[in-house]
Formats: sequence, structure tokens, C-alpha cells
Amino acid sequence: MTLLTSLRHLMAVATLGLGLVHAAHAADASAPDLLIRQLSLETIEAVKADKDIQAGNVNKIIALVDAKVMPHVNFQRMTSSAVGRFWRQATPEQQTKLQAEFKTLLVRTYSGALTQVKDQTIGLKPLRAQPTDTEVVVRTEIRGKGDAIQLDYRLEKAGAEWKIYDVNVLGIWLADQYRNSFAQEIGANGIDGLIKSLADKNAKAAATPAAKG
Amino acid sequence: MFRWLAIATVALGLSGCQTVQKVGDKLQGAVDKVMGSKGQKLDPWESWNRKVFAFNEKLDETVLKPVATAYSEIVPSPVRTGIDNFFGNIGDAWSAVNLMLQGRFKAGVEQGMRFAVNSTIGLAGVLDIATEAGLEKNSQDFGKTLGKWGMGTGAYVVWPVFGPSSVRDSLALPVDWKASPAVVFDDGKKKVLITALNLVNTRANFLRAGEMLEGIALDKYTFYRDAYLQRRGSFDDDDEIEVLVPGSSASAPAGAASGAGTANAASAPAAAASEPAVTVKKPAEPASAATR
Repeated sequence: MTLLTSLRHLMAVATLGLGLVHAAHAADASAPDLLIRQLSLETIEAVKADKDIQAGNVNKIIALVDAKVMPHVNFQRMTSSAVGRFWRQATPEQQTKLQAEFKTLLVRTYSGALTQVKDQTIGLKPLRAQPTDTEVVVRTEIRGKGDAIQLDYRLEKAGAEWKIYDVNVLGIWLADQYRNSFAQEIGANGIDGLIKSLADKNAKAAATPAAKG
Repeated sequence: MFRWLAIATVALGLSGCQTVQKVGDKLQGAVDKVMGSKGQKLDPWESWNRKVFAFNEKLDETVLKPVATAYSEIVPSPVRTGIDNFFGNIGDAWSAVNLMLQGRFKAGVEQGMRFAVNSTIGLAGVLDIATEAGLEKNSQDFGKTLGKWGMGTGAYVVWPVFGPSSVRDSLALPVDWKASPAVVFDDGKKKVLITALNLVNTRANFLRAGEMLEGIALDKYTFYRDAYLQRRGSFDDDDEIEVLVPGSSASAPAGAASGAGTANAASAPAAAASEPAVTVKKPAEPASAATR
């Protein structure tokens, strides 16, 4: 049953991860922990304040992700990491499609969970990194009812800015989480097969209001 | 020898990049078959596990999920929270023991205090007073303790009814059962009832997330397995945690939280400057958040 509990938490948190959504407008990306601190704070504020998000308005959430969060995420790196060695075999067009469908999968699925954000606060753990590091992990946790939910970010320094390229929910790095699933699908049906099955998932989720929760 | 190589290279070049790629793929595929990817290496009993997984899914679909759904619709929410807290409280005592075994004494004492507070003031655990008082829940079990002692998760195992596990966690399971809520009751019938209630409670908590998982997993078996192994193979720590209170980011010393150098000091005023509207707008919010 531990796994069930874990996965439930995963969903609850993914929420806040996405809440970042809304959050990023004034985010300062010059230091990794500052960026996460600001995104986190503004997320909590934004989700609590926005009735549309709480009601599970998926389109609004997706629009916000594109406008606010995506500038701080290297989603190509996240997708390529999940796709693994098959990434360089994909055509640029396939890569674009993979990114788009993967993003939609994550955003749409988690958007239902956004409605659950209520009393949570965010805890920030000390950054263990050298000033010269160009890749760091910023560790946070969501504190509310029940166990605190681990929520860590991998960030890379791109020029003067820091960008998120992977997220860890409850000890699970999302890119790693999908690597076997993607490899399995590509092994069976090729890269186009993976794109298709992701697209099917997304289409199905869009069709059923159940995703709203 | 070299001539042959040269000829082979030219021949490959002539036959086009696609063929080369195909050959490469085949080689890689063969290597994968022998070596396996990370998840596959940890799942030597995959075909058997998949059968058990399918059985469990069927069982869940026909019995557990309908019962859990009915439970969450019929039983009022405060009662369900009380039941969930009651089970959680017994879990806290076991977490305290495991934290001690892991050598994490401060965290162990904290969970022990949770148990003490909730068992008394919290009416045998029905009310979670400790969380309100700032004692965060930190669940541990004996499988995690074995892991902390240096034991890897071992191969993935799916048990009938009990679901995903690993060799390590299976070894720990009998020990964890000794500390399950059923232990509070000495009557055999009550033990069965309380175990069933615990199961329904856990499943009911998972109803919404379970539906979301359906939409996120390409292959549910693979998804559950990889989540389980990653989750159970990672460990948290006891670092000091700075709680971020909404609306107060202006007052928090940004430089103190960072090892990333002087950039912070320079950017802190900018961060502060962008925040004040929030602080003014919501004076009540930070106070209530801080007590939680």
C-alpha cells in the first residue's frame, strides 16, 4: 500500500509543480535557489487566489504554462532525457511532436490535481552546491496534511539564467520515470508509435471530463 | 586487412545512412536484450509479475475499487479523516521506531512525540493535533530501514493482493505486519475487520490519483514498477528546512539560503521590490499559513 500512498502524493504534488505555471512572471533566474524560491511562493499564492485553476480549467492552465513556466524550463532536455538514446534517431519534426505531446500529457494530467491545493506551504532545503557549479539540485518539500512531499528540481546554467530540466516528486525523477515506458513503446512501434500513443492518451483525456477530477 | 576495411566502409557509405542506422539499431537492440535497461534488470520475473499484476487489477476493479468508492460516498468526510488519522497514528509509532533504527534520532523523537500527542490529546489518534502543532509526519517502514542499512531494493516482485514490492521489502514485510494497526486488537475477528477497513481507507485515499494515473501511464505495469523502484531506492535526509511563507519573500534573507555566490545579494533587492503588493494584499494569509 505504500506505493498507493506515494502515487497519491505524487499527484498532489505534481499539482504544485504545475502551479509554477502561474507563478513565474517576476521570477529571478540568476540563482537557482532564488528562482525556485520565487516560483514556489508565487505558485502557492496564485493557486490559492485563482478560482479558475481550482475549478480545473485545463485550457487556462496550459496557456499559463506556456506563458510563464516554460521560459524557465528546458523542456527539450527533459524530453530527450526521457526518450534516451532514441532521441538522436528522431527527426527534428518527430522531436518537436514528442516534446509537444509529452508536455500536454504532463500538464493535462496534473491540471486536475491543481484543484487540491489548499493549506500547503513550501519548505526550502539548503542548497548544496559550489558557486562554480553549472548543474545543481534545489530541494524543496510541500508541507500540509500527512507526510511532507519531496519536490526537487534539477537546474542547469544556460548563459546567465538557470533553467529547470527535471523534477523529482517523492524520490521519482520524471525523466527517469518515463525512460523505460518510452523505450518499451519505441521498441514495439517505433518513434512514430510513441508519438501516436502519447497523442491518443492526450486525446482521450481531453474527451473525458473525468480528467478534471 | 586495411583494404577490406576501406571497401567495407565505402560499401556501407553507398548503401546509405539508413542502412547503417538500421544495423546500429539492431546491434543496440541485441545489447539491450542481453543487458536490459535499468528497469528490466531489476525485473527478472517480469512475465510472472505481469500475470499477478493483471490479477490484482482485476481484483481491484471488481471488488476493492467499488467498495472504496461506496465507502467514500457513504461515510461522511470527517469520519473518514478520523479513521485515516487513527491508522496514521499507529503508523507514526512504527515510523519512530524505524527512524531510531536508522540512527535518525531527532526525527525519531519527533515522530514519537507525534504519537504521544495524538494518542492522548488527539483521542487515540482520531485527531491529528500534532500536525497543527508543527510536528510534520515522516513515514518510515522496515524496508526503508534495511535500505538505510545499505541493502539494495533487489528484484521487483508483485504479490497477489498486496501488490508491488521488492525482494528487500518482501523480507521486511513480516516485520512491518507486526506493527500494523491490527496489532492493537487481540480478537481475531476484529483483526480481520480492522485490516479490511485499513485497506478500504487506503484505496479510498487513492481513488482520484488512481484515475489520473490511468491517463499518465503508457503501460501501467511498467509505470508502477519504475515508480516503485525509484521511490523505494531513494532516501530523504534531515536537513534544516526553511518554510516559505506566502507574501513574506521580501523579508526572507535570500542570500542566506544560497551557496551560489554574490549574484544573490545583487538580485535580492529586485526580488523584494517585486513583492510588496502581495504582502500588503494578504495580511492574514501568512499568519494562518505559519501555524499549519
